[in-house]
Amino acid sequence: MGDNLSATGSIGIVSARRAQFDTPLVFRSGAVLPRYELVYETYGTLNAGKSNAILICHALSGHHHVAGYYADDLKNLGWWNNMVGPGKPIDTDKFFVIGLNNLGGCHGSTGPSSINPETGQPYGSSFPVITVEDWVTSQARLADFLGISQFAAVIGGSLGGMQALQWSLSYPDRVRHVFAIAAAPHLTAQNIAFNDVARNAILTDPDFHGGDYYQHNVVPTRGLRLARMLGHITYLSDNAMADKFGRDLHAGQLNYGYEIEFAIESYLRYQGDKFAAYFDANTYLLMTKALDYFNPAHDSGGDLNPVFARAKASFLVVSFTTDWRFSPQRSREIVRPLLHNRLNVNYAEITSTHGHDSFLMQDPYYLDVMRTYLDRVARECGQ
Amino acid sequence: MMKNDTARFAVERPDFAAIAAWIPKGATVLDLGCGDGSLLRYLKETRGVQGYGVEINDADIVSCIANGVNVIQNDLESGLADFEGNSFDYVMLSQTLQATRHTEPLIQEMLRVGREGIVSFPNFGHWKNRLNILLGNIPVSRELPYQWYDTPNVHLCTLDDFETFCKDHRVAVLERRVMTGKNEVQVLPNLLGSTAVYRFQRGI
Repeated sequence: MGDNLSATGSIGIVSARRAQFDTPLVFRSGAVLPRYELVYETYGTLNAGKSNAILICHALSGHHHVAGYYADDLKNLGWWNNMVGPGKPIDTDKFFVIGLNNLGGCHGSTGPSSINPETGQPYGSSFPVITVEDWVTSQARLADFLGISQFAAVIGGSLGGMQALQWSLSYPDRVRHVFAIAAAPHLTAQNIAFNDVARNAILTDPDFHGGDYYQHNVVPTRGLRLARMLGHITYLSDNAMADKFGRDLHAGQLNYGYEIEFAIESYLRYQGDKFAAYFDANTYLLMTKALDYFNPAHDSGGDLNPVFARAKASFLVVSFTTDWRFSPQRSREIVRPLLHNRLNVNYAEITSTHGHDSFLMQDPYYLDVMRTYLDRVARECGQ
Repeated sequence: MMKNDTARFAVERPDFAAIAAWIPKGATVLDLGCGDGSLLRYLKETRGVQGYGVEINDADIVSCIANGVNVIQNDLESGLADFEGNSFDYVMLSQTLQATRHTEPLIQEMLRVGREGIVSFPNFGHWKNRLNILLGNIPVSRELPYQWYDTPNVHLCTLDDFETFCKDHRVAVLERRVMTGKNEVQVLPNLLGSTAVYRFQRGI
């Protein structure tokens, strides 16, 4: 069975693991988390030199289940299953690939919905506001736990790309290659504005209860749903929406009312409902704040040049032409300080119709770039 | 394998060897329109340069990555805004000049970003090209392998034309090499040379 699965390029059946950390984590905000757990999955085999490990950082709604599926849930494919697996660009025959659920998440790692052992209640509103730097610190501890002193690559798209960039700054000696895909060096005012509208949808939901809705046995579904609907619009391109939905009518006719009339409305509401059924509203708030706060040039007056002076990694920066959330221009803002510091960098601008979501799609050129670059990485670590 | 490849580049692209001969070991170079990265790889292997390429074509970007050279996907026609002034020893434009639309500003950009510029281009004044025109046809040759209807070349020039351009634009030519195939051309270069390589800097 394993062979058959290999032939189809899927890693096959995978299972999640849990690592416990008892060393307190001091957040950038000053808050302290005395102990926490991280849920993760690994694919492939760590080589004898422990030089072939790749960390996958997830974006806003992602998690540790990057590839494969579960024995008891065959339909639950990993979110990057088209990129990660045997013979795929992130080749699990060559690399030891790690996916984790970030701290503050809602897929098993310690987060707002977890029980705080000190109170016996969910953390809720008391869970510290987290930053990309905090995540990278916790990811480094997971690396320590797994015996990995240096990653062959840290790879991420969107918010995941920001974590990958942060790796090169927080731990310059612990990462050889950084993949920043559909990322940005910081959010623009417009990006923050979108996030704030999304947060307000959640914060003003009567079921939010200041973040401690767990104790009230309710969930701020309406707010979370709206937040996701808004977010979803920003992930797609105008053209992709036009192609997929145009002005198509949901039930074939206009009803002159406020129920679903256009196909796009039906789609967004469906996406909102689906998301609100499994995602935690507090985690959504945390993720959007982490995005807002990310700004490596915060202490240098907005100048990234001195910031990347300490980076040592080689970089692959990838953007997508129709991504208006993190446009190609934003990726070039990442490339410039790398050039300034004479770091190795490759930059590919993928012509794609799918907007920000393109980084999860099956584009031949994009996959070629990833595969070719990763072949190089594999050769370097003797795979 | 790698050594053979390097040798192959030198044979197939005589302008590579000419360019390499000008570039001191360890120099920083920017290769505009770097194609599959062959020149950068050649310079890396033979001169130990620290270099970046700029290329627009998707397939070439993949080849550059496979060749182990740094490449930035960008349209040269939109300028070199990502590159800081005086940030490279040499900015090269190898067999690309004739296919650029905004040729004038591009040469200026080369000399903003680089201490020196290097260009190579097919000499439209080569006798075979002249003969073709005389006989009533657009030249098609090893250096100009396109038909009139599919050529990317929009700004072809002769050696004389390029040198006049340099004079008029305060570009100081430092060195010139003219070749036909692998052979250096000394006599009547504008007539007998099929490829020219120039090294230049900002003039006074």
